[in-house]
Amino acid sequence: MAGKRGAGRYCALWMSGGGPESDIVVSSRVRLARNLRGVPFPHRAGEEQLQAVLGGVRQAVEATPSIGPTEVLGLTGVSILDRQLAVEEHLTSPQHIQEPSGKALVVNRDRSVCIMVNEEDHIRIQAILPGFQVDEALRLASATDDALEETVDYAFDENLGYLSACPTNVGTGLRSSVMLHLPALAAVNMLGQVLASVSKVGLAVRGIYGEGTEAVGNVFQVSNQVTMGRSESEIVAHLKAVARQIVDSERNARSAIMSDARSQLEDRVYRSYGILTNARMISSEEALKLTSDVKLGVDLGLIPDLPPALLTALSVDIMPAHVQRFVGRELNAWERDVFRATLIRQRLGAADPESAGPATGACKEE
Amino acid sequence: MRFWGEVVIMLCQVCNQRPANVHVTKVINNVRTELHLCQQCARERGELEVFAGPKFAFSNLLAGLLQSDAAAGVPVGIPGGSRSVCATCGLEYPEFMNTGYLGCSECYSQFLPMLRPLIARIHGHARHTGKVPARAGKAVRFRKELESLREELRTMIEAEEYEKAALVRDRIRDLEKAADQARQAQAEQGEAKKDEGEGRQA
Repeated sequence: MAGKRGAGRYCALWMSGGGPESDIVVSSRVRLARNLRGVPFPHRAGEEQLQAVLGGVRQAVEATPSIGPTEVLGLTGVSILDRQLAVEEHLTSPQHIQEPSGKALVVNRDRSVCIMVNEEDHIRIQAILPGFQVDEALRLASATDDALEETVDYAFDENLGYLSACPTNVGTGLRSSVMLHLPALAAVNMLGQVLASVSKVGLAVRGIYGEGTEAVGNVFQVSNQVTMGRSESEIVAHLKAVARQIVDSERNARSAIMSDARSQLEDRVYRSYGILTNARMISSEEALKLTSDVKLGVDLGLIPDLPPALLTALSVDIMPAHVQRFVGRELNAWERDVFRATLIRQRLGAADPESAGPATGACKEE
Repeated sequence: MRFWGEVVIMLCQVCNQRPANVHVTKVINNVRTELHLCQQCARERGELEVFAGPKFAFSNLLAGLLQSDAAAGVPVGIPGGSRSVCATCGLEYPEFMNTGYLGCSECYSQFLPMLRPLIARIHGHARHTGKVPARAGKAVRFRKELESLREELRTMIEAEEYEKAALVRDRIRDLEKAADQARQAQAEQGEAKKDEGEGRQA
């Protein structure tokens, strides 16, 4: 994993920006939890059993060309920094990389499909796409699921559905989510109201890195909680309907601000842009906050010459592990803040090329 | 704060000597606390491990739910006649109550009397109505298809759409026939395998 990442830069498809409604919906994600019959769940499985699960998944992936070319990113023997890169890119969860023994990630070329092996469940299939594409993500995850099932024996019960390590996932094993950028709702103090009503209709709101994380940079993850008693398409349709309403209210808030307080908004957007392009030290939290302002400005056409996709990629590039990859060595918190500022100036085209760190473009194909 | 050349340096809140370069913001129950520490103090306090914060996963919530039930006297114990230990993986039910995690897929059938009401409480339903895997759920798939065809037949007869009903009836017959043939073929295959085995033995 380290060599691959060090050698050339790939960009996960969702980070390339674009997709429908990408001014508000950063990405759409569907995750399916699956387990193998006759093997204890990962937290109770021995090393050999975990290896057998991993072997089975590798074999299944190789035997089914419909999944397309894949790469196995082992987690054992890989530095915590490299494992953290995968978390920051939403390819896996913080829990998955903690004790890496027997665990792995299987990803396709553009990282739109990612199979977490031996996370909380034996298999977690994730499809993640840029913009508002929940149906497409479901199709992608479900097709991968079908392909795996051709060779892997799933634990399935007629009444209870797909059996998972935690009963909160039993049934469809499906968690669908959208990442929403809601700066205008936050600015007009309506966020609390909107998000409270979301939890009343059976959906959960979280920070961008999943369970127990804080929402920074006005990005929220909205997902379904119930996995049983509704079909996959019903669950996804419900999420879509609610997300649609949030998107509409964000859009209304944006146009209200544009008509009532355009100068204040422009001022704030350009101040943030000014700090981002001039700061010599910056924390990830501040960077995310300012990036949120700038992205709003770009999406509303206030800052003309900046592609919105650049900011989506930037919001990942400023995370701690990515900053350290940018420099190519481990950094303490102080150094990270310095190099983060350099990275941001470089990405936004405001850096003096001489003083910049290693020259890596924002988003290049391998 | 201390002036260090031209730059204002924030000092670590714990040792008050080294510059604070670890800034921790925590939001717990909407109460925001900020900590500014030097690296050494942060490491000592365990604030530096990015992912080592208290794990607040939904399964813990579930475990809390189970335990509060027990405390409130809601019968969460093991009904008479059911197992308290999974015969397959050896997980004891009280352990599940502590962690919220089951041990293996067999735990579901072993602990079903306790799990069913719990699942109904979490999800509002205790019956899966979604996807059925092609291989692992072949028999289920077939039964469900037959069920829905029979239902269709009933509504058609009620609506007196006999021509359409006849088509559905034929489709049901075909399915049943195919299933019979498959069963027979499987049985024969089984026989053949047994013969083979016996032949080898002889």
